[in-house]
Amino acid sequence: MFRAGRLRRIRVGQQEIVFVVFAVLFVVFSVFLPGFLSADNMLTLLQNVAVLGILGLAMAIVVLGRGIDISLIAALAIPAGLVLQMVQDGHSLAGSILTALLFSIGIGLVNGWLIAYADVPSLFATLAIGIFVAGLGQAFLFQLDVVQWSPGMEGFQRLGQGAILGVPMPIVMFAFACVVVALFLRQTRWGAYVYAVGDNPNAARVTGIPTRPIIVLQYVLAALIGYFAGLVLAASLNSMPTRIFNSTLIYDVILVVVLGGIGLSGGRGGVLNVIIGTLLIGTMLNGMTIMDIPYAGQNLIKGVVLLLAVIADSVLNPRNEETAQQGDI
Amino acid sequence: MAFNQVARAALFALGLTTAASAPALAQQGLDEPFQKPFKDALAGKTVAFVPVAMNFDLTEGWFAGLKKELEPYGVKFELRDPNWNTNAGAQAVTSLISEKPAVMVIHNPDVQTYAKLLQRAENDGIFVIQINMGSAYRSSGFVGANWIEIGEKDAGAVVKACEGKSNKVAIVQGALSAAASAYTLKGVENVLAKHPEIKVVSSQAADWDAAKAKAITQTVLKQNPGLCGIVGFWDGMDIGTAAAVKEAGLTGKVFVATSGGGERKGACDLVKTGAFDLDLSYDVPTQAEQMAALIKYLLSSGAKPGSIKGSSYTTLIPITKENAESATTCWNLSDLKK
Repeated sequence: MFRAGRLRRIRVGQQEIVFVVFAVLFVVFSVFLPGFLSADNMLTLLQNVAVLGILGLAMAIVVLGRGIDISLIAALAIPAGLVLQMVQDGHSLAGSILTALLFSIGIGLVNGWLIAYADVPSLFATLAIGIFVAGLGQAFLFQLDVVQWSPGMEGFQRLGQGAILGVPMPIVMFAFACVVVALFLRQTRWGAYVYAVGDNPNAARVTGIPTRPIIVLQYVLAALIGYFAGLVLAASLNSMPTRIFNSTLIYDVILVVVLGGIGLSGGRGGVLNVIIGTLLIGTMLNGMTIMDIPYAGQNLIKGVVLLLAVIADSVLNPRNEETAQQGDI
Repeated sequence: MAFNQVARAALFALGLTTAASAPALAQQGLDEPFQKPFKDALAGKTVAFVPVAMNFDLTEGWFAGLKKELEPYGVKFELRDPNWNTNAGAQAVTSLISEKPAVMVIHNPDVQTYAKLLQRAENDGIFVIQINMGSAYRSSGFVGANWIEIGEKDAGAVVKACEGKSNKVAIVQGALSAAASAYTLKGVENVLAKHPEIKVVSSQAADWDAAKAKAITQTVLKQNPGLCGIVGFWDGMDIGTAAAVKEAGLTGKVFVATSGGGERKGACDLVKTGAFDLDLSYDVPTQAEQMAALIKYLLSSGAKPGSIKGSSYTTLIPITKENAESATTCWNLSDLKK
């Protein structure tokens, strides 16, 4: 986070603030909520936000490159639903998974091409593609919104159910995705290019970085991670509720990323930010469920916490001409 | 005896007729005077269907069932699918009023949004049939589940299953804005008021969302390992509730009661595997038939829309392990669409 030369004072960024909020909430819940701090509950907490976290990773890759991917929920719901539907119709599991894989690569390629080569703003391109893909699924691929499990899927539910060494599978999958994405971003040349393009696309291009292919790569990766999250979700629910596309999940994903401290202006942040954002959301949801707070109250509290984080950030890091960028939040 | 007398009288009459008009026909068809006006009343009429969304078992089943019953009589159908968007639904209803179909079949997203529009439609001469989720306006016909009854029966079953156990139960509600959810909750409260020994450890809304239902249930089960029962409000959402119970290894120990349209994959199959212990079905094909019967009756009656108002609450089919295997308990969407 702290790059040499730019560090003039100890900078308390969004990431630190959110971490403090998370820590405070965690301590308060641990003291006042019996059963909160148990190992069992900790695992449940993580398990409940694992899919959200995986989606957060996908969004992070795109946001790092100054983009946004609104089609992520369609990329989660439709390819994974396609797998269940094809198996239900009598196709082999392996063939179905492969078909859906190609489909999600296709989603990513079209998104990337529109944004990198046709210069369509990412917000509009992915919004349109998301609606298109969801409509395609509704009109031609599925008979019903909820695609049910069928006997041909037997064994596949292990991706989202059960546990390894006592750790529920969705958490294992989230951890796996975190490691893969972290390695990609920090250890590979392509990962470094993603940061370069996000930080300053023009400079990156002048330096000789293939900016357009990099942008396409980001959206393909996001679609693939979305597909992976969809498979984990379907396996854990034994069905794929494709109507999830109509839910507000995409806002939660953006919330995780922004709350975690990945600036929408690109080039800042990493996997750690996604983990922190996910933990905060998970802790809030879990604590409020244990306290049996009504739904409306939960939304109110979520909103207040988000507001506090944003206000604290703007007090500690006032915007000025140097730090403000277009699209910054 | 009676038959003999009638037969004898008939023969006698026949003999008289034969005698009176010498070369007359021995047998003559008799025109049933009411069938032609009935056919005329239906032929070419339009029935418009505005569900909250298509693509799920209930609305697909209603639409297919209505078509199966009415299309052979020359009834035309118009489908407006607002896809969970209440505004789009209100617009669809508004534009339908100016198009003047004979009947509108309306599936309300909530109690208020369409109420005024439906009243206007009936004033303009359109029969309005409301299905499963009614509005504040009572129209010519309502066909649907009695949500209070569903809440009472589900809660009753859970209370019974809890006898001699921890008496801790959880409630997984639907969406807060939906009347169906609020009515069901009232039914549950009615039963719980009579059973002060039952302790509700959690009563949360999962927004008809299986993933949310699963997350809530997981947390609740970890906090209350001795939980003896869960009242869920819709089987499509409670797949998630059941998945959480199964993952905790508590299938069979925690009684899961829910309700739904009785489609095979979504209801019977899940009761068979033990995911649900009780699934109250409001049997969608029967609801479709009742709606069709109401439409036939209203159109052929010559009554003015809104001049008579009645309800046909659905008789519930409790699906349990005993009848889940039966071929007639549940229905297949694929069969209904044939």
